[in-house]
Amino acid sequence: MTTEESESRDPTAEQWTEAHASADFVALRRRLRGFVFPVAALFLGWYLLYVLLADYAHGFMSVKLFGNINVGLVLGLLQFVSTFVITGIYVRFANRRLDPVAGRIREDIEGRSE
Amino acid sequence: MTPLAQSGGLQGSNPIINISIFVAFVVVTLVVVLRASRTTKTASDYYAAGRAFSGPQNGIAISGDYLSAASFLGIVGAIALYGYDGFLYSIGFLVAWLVALLLVAELLRNTGKFTMGDVLAFRMRQRPVRAAAATSTLAVSFFYLLAQMAGAGVLVSLLLGINNPAGVSLVIAIVGVIMIVYVLVGGMKGTTWVQIIKAALLITGAAAMTLWVLAKYGFDFSAVLQGAVDKAGATGERLLEPGAKYGTSEISKLDFLSLGLALVLGTAGLPHVLMRFYTVPTSREARRSVVWAIFLIGLFYLFSLVLGYGAAAMVGPETIGQAPGGSNSAAPLLAQALGGPVLLGFISAVAFATILAVVAGLTITASASFAHDIYANVIKRGEVADKQAEVRVARITAVVIGAVAIVGGILARNQNVAFLVALAFAVAASANLPTILYSLFWRRFNTTGALCSIYGGLSIAVLLIVFSPAVSGSETAMLSGVDFHWFPLENPGLVSIPASFFLGWLGTVLSGEHDQAKYAEMEVRSLTGAGAEKASSH
Repeated sequence: MTTEESESRDPTAEQWTEAHASADFVALRRRLRGFVFPVAALFLGWYLLYVLLADYAHGFMSVKLFGNINVGLVLGLLQFVSTFVITGIYVRFANRRLDPVAGRIREDIEGRSE
Repeated sequence: MTPLAQSGGLQGSNPIINISIFVAFVVVTLVVVLRASRTTKTASDYYAAGRAFSGPQNGIAISGDYLSAASFLGIVGAIALYGYDGFLYSIGFLVAWLVALLLVAELLRNTGKFTMGDVLAFRMRQRPVRAAAATSTLAVSFFYLLAQMAGAGVLVSLLLGINNPAGVSLVIAIVGVIMIVYVLVGGMKGTTWVQIIKAALLITGAAAMTLWVLAKYGFDFSAVLQGAVDKAGATGERLLEPGAKYGTSEISKLDFLSLGLALVLGTAGLPHVLMRFYTVPTSREARRSVVWAIFLIGLFYLFSLVLGYGAAAMVGPETIGQAPGGSNSAAPLLAQALGGPVLLGFISAVAFATILAVVAGLTITASASFAHDIYANVIKRGEVADKQAEVRVARITAVVIGAVAIVGGILARNQNVAFLVALAFAVAASANLPTILYSLFWRRFNTTGALCSIYGGLSIAVLLIVFSPAVSGSETAMLSGVDFHWFPLENPGLVSIPASFFLGWLGTVLSGEHDQAKYAEMEVRSLTGAGAEKASSH
């Protein structure tokens, strides 16, 4: 996957700046931030909503849905579900949409500095 | 939190079985550590296990590092006694991993070498930010270590029937010495293998107990809940509803919110968790390791939900509350109710191993931070002639930290374990997380900003803790007989975390420092992994 040869020389400051300004890199950064920032806002908001409900809406959380399973328990378990689902979606996204671009830029930099 | 003075340990517990299983664990792990030590030569070996672990291996080790005694004994006990409110701990501890996965793990792996200080020092003035990063690392590790050692003390009196202070202190000292040997001999590789073995034992043990509990109730979780409600008597229904612990007043509700915030933002700032990301060869493996960790940790917390209510149903809150060790004894008592002295011995040994492994992980992190950031880069200004000297300093530091942990553990042996861990989380979320996030994502961030957010967050968090009801002026306070508290909340997160974000911003805009070239390099490195440290093969 990665190049076998050892890096004899580190890339220069110009090379880094050049790579930083390249269209590939700008697109990669936009793609990464366009995913992680909204998703982070989403799951933190959902977690905060849950904590506030558990903290201030005892009546609502105690409503029994079936057997002894109440709304609070279901919402709590849904936090587990959302965590697993977001993990899965992110890994899929990163493997398909981020890694190829990142790999291309990396090989470009490391290849040129040999 | 005063355990009833009883002549022996847990009734029906067999100290000989407990000790033999524990000794077996120590022997097996020591052999593994010795084997690992053969290839530990360079600084990269000692700190980062030569970056040679795979994602799944590191993921299991992360869960081993993360599922501390507080997670196991603390959460099961909290659910058994307070029901639903205990469950909220596990949710915070789990959701927190998304912060690590999405925002921190991979970028950190690509940018640094061994410590958090590496990431900050990349584009800032080396010496001040490394000193700051090492200070907060040592502070968080210290709180976390205290919690684990205090947990060891509780377990000792619970399981071995040793109640006199001298005996408990002796056992804490033995635990500390074994842990120092792990770290000295095996370095990060040995420590990682200890985590992997321990995680496998802990998760398997919890899974077996969960299935056992569910089988007793016809695989109907609702029936387990009914059992817990019935056993608790008149107030049983309260176990299923939120608020049993934190719902009593407006202040305690705010406290709960503060705790929730500290839990979800603390994980990605815990130094021993951050350091684990450096033991893998690429950011892709770092990602895989977090995914493994999330699934294992999530699974474990689902088990602990069943175990907590199972303990409430089969043992009962009253028995648990009166047992030596209080709520911490719920999981061992449940093991005893299910499988008699042998299962109790196994679960107790696992709990001991848990403490041992977490303490070893913390010790190596703290010693690496001191040797790499303070010794090599602040004192020697990055001009250490040979890396062997740095590793030697790290080993000496590990011994010192181990000794401090032993003394601290002996002093803190009667403190509430979960409370101390929540404290470490609050300090990590206040001092470390804002700094790391700004550093990775904010172009403008600079040395002044980093110093403000680290020292500001750290001192506000510690100050608020000192003047909180947790330390003085309440029934459960650390110090009895004095009352100098003026901050109403036990957990400082609600105030200290936003304050640290604000201070980081303020410090940055007040300083004109900005190194665009270094920022460009860091951003390219962090997103692509270009120029990152590769794995060393042996």
